Amino acid sequence: MNIGIESVYIVAALMFGLGLKLLSSPKTARRGNLLSALGMFLAVVATLFNQEIIDFRFIAGGIVLGSIIGVLAARLVAMTAMPEMVALLNGFGGIASLLVGWAEYDSTMAPTNFTAVTIFLAVMIGGVTFSGSVIAWAKLKEFWFGNFGISKAFVFKGQQVFNSLLVLAILACGLLFMMNPEEGYQYFLVIIALAFLLGIMAVMPIGGADMPVVISLLNAYSGMAACAAGFVIQNNILIVAGSLVGASGIILTNIMCKAMNRSLSNVLFSGFGSVVNAAGSGSAQGEVKPVSVSDAYLLLEAANAGAFVPGYGLAAAQAQHAVHELSQLLEANGCEVRFAIHPVAGRMPGHMNVLLAEADVPYDELVEPDDVNPIIETVDVCMVVGANDVVNPSARDDETSSIYGMPIVEVDRARTCIVMKRSMATGFAGIQNPLFFKDNTRMLFGDAKASLQGLVSEFKHD
Amino acid sequence: MTAEFVFLAFILMLSIFLGFELISKVPSTLHTPLMSGSNAISGITVVGALIAAGSQNSELSVILGTAAVVFATINVVGGYLVTNRMLAMFKKKEGGKK
Repeated sequence: MNIGIESVYIVAALMFGLGLKLLSSPKTARRGNLLSALGMFLAVVATLFNQEIIDFRFIAGGIVLGSIIGVLAARLVAMTAMPEMVALLNGFGGIASLLVGWAEYDSTMAPTNFTAVTIFLAVMIGGVTFSGSVIAWAKLKEFWFGNFGISKAFVFKGQQVFNSLLVLAILACGLLFMMNPEEGYQYFLVIIALAFLLGIMAVMPIGGADMPVVISLLNAYSGMAACAAGFVIQNNILIVAGSLVGASGIILTNIMCKAMNRSLSNVLFSGFGSVVNAAGSGSAQGEVKPVSVSDAYLLLEAANAGAFVPGYGLAAAQAQHAVHELSQLLEANGCEVRFAIHPVAGRMPGHMNVLLAEADVPYDELVEPDDVNPIIETVDVCMVVGANDVVNPSARDDETSSIYGMPIVEVDRARTCIVMKRSMATGFAGIQNPLFFKDNTRMLFGDAKASLQGLVSEFKHD
Repeated sequence: MTAEFVFLAFILMLSIFLGFELISKVPSTLHTPLMSGSNAISGITVVGALIAAGSQNSELSVILGTAAVVFATINVVGGYLVTNRMLAMFKKKEGGKK
């Protein structure tokens, strides 16, 4: 153990911790990220002084190539495509841990039993993270193979039995490998192949709408893989950093599950969205009251307090800038504006906040449902833009509904509610929304961006 | 060996605890940057990859290590840069650009 290198690792660990702490406020977050990056830089530089390293050519080449790809990816990615990017980065972290475990095994060939256990864990978790992330990325990209859309939940009969057998097979190979690592190379390779297969099989049954949970979970896996790799090469900094990431992934997974009122196992195994759930769907009845853009303008013009409830439909229509322009005009008109953002409003945790921040919406206007619901009765006009399930009052009132118990933005209790929607089609959950039939609800049909721009020009003509 | 393991397990336990404490304080507004930023931190595997790529134990281990360096570097560089790009967009109401 080299005291110099280890001391730098301690400093780097401290900087990772502090960096995460500074992320607790948008004011300091950027500094926190820079601090964390500096910690990473120090850790890398210190590692280069490791005496085991005798040849720097491959290191230099690898770093240069990785940096070029990393810089380009970070520069070019669109904010709407952030979930895809994070999914891929998760996968890269996973495969790197797998490769580190493999390289360690290949170079010693006779690890102790303890090291063999950790190699097995690093390779297995890393492999599952990698292939699972690639599938998640493909699902977010909504690739189609002929008639088969990969973003749909893919379920078949006996899937859970198959997956259980797969896990058992991995464990059996792992056991054979760990008992005699010197002669276990064939088992080792089978473990890698099966881990890849397991990652694919585990993510395939999960529907596109559940991606926020999957990405969070894969984030946790990539941290655990780094942790396991840390045990393999007995390196503290890997263990510290890996467990910080693992904890963050688990917390986010938990938040996402709560926001959808579903257990993790329900998300992972049920194939939600693959079958349209007919139960408790037909009850909503009544008269729908459509409005024109100019009627909606009159409602907004008279409002003193307004709230936007954006959903993924807003991002899909690329209407972030239009919604910001409208909110500025409303404020100029003396109306207080908030954006009530449901945790699952985007494709990954916090996605909608980033999209609105990109459109220059100040972050102090972005609030959570719990901040808005207690005062929602004082809101004159609630504008629901491209959201559906997260404002469905059935989640609160109808015990037979499949989304009963899910936290929602209770826009039906606002004085007036304008719902911008293309049609009366249902949301991801495939259930009818009684909100659309309420007395105080007005439906503004059409493309969200066009409707918002229409409202903007009404304000400007005034 | 066992002493080493106990030591590493101690570190593991304490850092998991620290992670939960720190991250539960991050507001939901910043969850996407948190995820991409922590993603970059998980690229710390690069440290192990550097040692594997640079120590010439076996031909295959150098190849595997170099591949790991590439992947982990993408993870680190891409993760931190994209996080920085996102965080730069978060502005307060006053002092924001007109």
